[in-house]
Amino acid sequence: MVEVSSLLDLGYLVSATLFIFGIKMLASPKTAPKGNMYGAVGMLVAVLVTVLKMQLSDGGIEGWMWIVLGLGIGTAIGYWMATTVEMTGMPELVALFNGFGGAASALVALSEAIRVYTSDSYVMAEPIYQVYHLIPVLAIGASALVGWMTLTGSLIAMFKLKGGFTIPLTKKWVRFPTWGPSWLNYVKAGLFIAGLVMIFMTLTDPGNLNLIYGIVALSCILGVLFVLPIGGADMPVVVSLLNSLSGIAAAFTGFVVGNTVLIIAGSMVGAAGLILTFIMCKAMNRELFDVLFKAFGGTTKESLTRTKVGSDPEEVAMVLDGISKCIIVPGYGMAVSQSQHLVKEFADMLEENDVEVSYAIHPVAGRMPGHMNVLLAEANVPYEKLIEMEQINSEFSDCDVALVIGANDTVNPAARTGEGPLGGMPIIDADKAGVVVIIKRSLSVGYAGVDNDLFYEDKTMMLFGDGKKMMTELNSAFKEL
Amino acid sequence: MSDVIGIFMTLEGFILSLTVFALAIFLGFELISKVPPTLHTPLMSGANAISGISIVGALLAANYVEGDTATIMAFIAIILATINAVGGFMVTNKMLQMIRGKKRGGK
Repeated sequence: MVEVSSLLDLGYLVSATLFIFGIKMLASPKTAPKGNMYGAVGMLVAVLVTVLKMQLSDGGIEGWMWIVLGLGIGTAIGYWMATTVEMTGMPELVALFNGFGGAASALVALSEAIRVYTSDSYVMAEPIYQVYHLIPVLAIGASALVGWMTLTGSLIAMFKLKGGFTIPLTKKWVRFPTWGPSWLNYVKAGLFIAGLVMIFMTLTDPGNLNLIYGIVALSCILGVLFVLPIGGADMPVVVSLLNSLSGIAAAFTGFVVGNTVLIIAGSMVGAAGLILTFIMCKAMNRELFDVLFKAFGGTTKESLTRTKVGSDPEEVAMVLDGISKCIIVPGYGMAVSQSQHLVKEFADMLEENDVEVSYAIHPVAGRMPGHMNVLLAEANVPYEKLIEMEQINSEFSDCDVALVIGANDTVNPAARTGEGPLGGMPIIDADKAGVVVIIKRSLSVGYAGVDNDLFYEDKTMMLFGDGKKMMTELNSAFKEL
Repeated sequence: MSDVIGIFMTLEGFILSLTVFALAIFLGFELISKVPPTLHTPLMSGANAISGISIVGALLAANYVEGDTATIMAFIAIILATINAVGGFMVTNKMLQMIRGKKRGGK
């Protein structure tokens, strides 16, 4: 049966090919759903081939129970999580899944290490002249260092995306802290080097499990310290980078268990994930290095000294009467208040009055790139009306009203000065519109922690309140005109 | 189990794997160059689901009935990797359906 088993490796080639086309197709709007399907089929093929191969190997599968039970439980949980998730919760879910993937890779490497190092038959060939015998040992260490970091980092990222967590018994909501003095970077570098040294030490003492546990602990701490200083607005970049890391962890694990499809898919996701991370950074006009090592806002919030009188929905409705062009600028506030349907309703009413309505989408509006597009699509806003920042910015000068709903940093003119935490970030030129209506709970600062001059301008009308509530009131006020 | 971990008993096997590793990295770098912002999140999510490939490693590691620490770890690894893969592809699909939905809901 050896030949059949070897031939089955061709199945891995099929699966790897499907992954390649899957990723490629996911990058283009037309082919994306098909690309995702290719990826899923590739995964199914890889699992089937693996199970078949194991069954055909000497002795067949011994651990049927573990395998069937594990696949069953995993599928049920994965299915349940994916079907019950709310639109706003998707970014967190992706972060969580990513952590699971990293943990799985790391656990496999650890499991192999424990099994082999503690088995009675384990005798490391000594003296070791063949360097390549040490490759799996090196891979175990590397997989541990990368994998556990991915898990803890992703968990922190998930809580940061949520904004906080509820303490189980007291039901108290705690905002997730952002903490990272600049000296922390040296600690991180020190820990990382320590991890590398420990990997090197495993080479000279391959059977020593304590070294592996040490690497695991170091890696867990590193993951936390790595994400803790980074502000919520930068989380998409961090999750993307962690996604790349979990791919690399899978590739290292591939070297541990000696499996090509793990190596191919893992390293490919690792590399493609890194490119995507850079693409996202570019969309935010940020350097990856700055995102990772320079604490962004959060720590020193400007204290507010100015005040602004809020407006009534009725006043705003009157201003809206008889205009010819309105641009809607959605932000995270629209997502949390789930007011996209009301926004659509509002836009429909304006259009009935022959007002030209479009939506200005900032590349990082919300908590994930594309967050706004997905939400507005859910509310059946036509694709052509969602216009990216670069294209729409020139239109604000002849726009009567810009309606900003739950956005702050992405319309903050302070970014144009090139100084401060927002310096250099491209913004939506909402301030160039005739009248700016802003729906926001308060004057408080956004993620970057910078006060927004736009709020205090004379042409700005603030509607203080929850996005859903204010949109409802605005809609009914407009109807009554 | 033999006395050396993995299949890389031979230098040839190792070099072949290293070659595959290096080529796959280059491929990954070249695979995507321009992605519209709308697709950043689905692409990340889809690639993340593919990194659930560690399911294969977990299956291989779980194929022992000892029921000791190592097996339990591999068992948990199967669960986690399966959640990553199944949930990941489903969530990606959900996101993409919505993006496609907006075209249908157009006019």
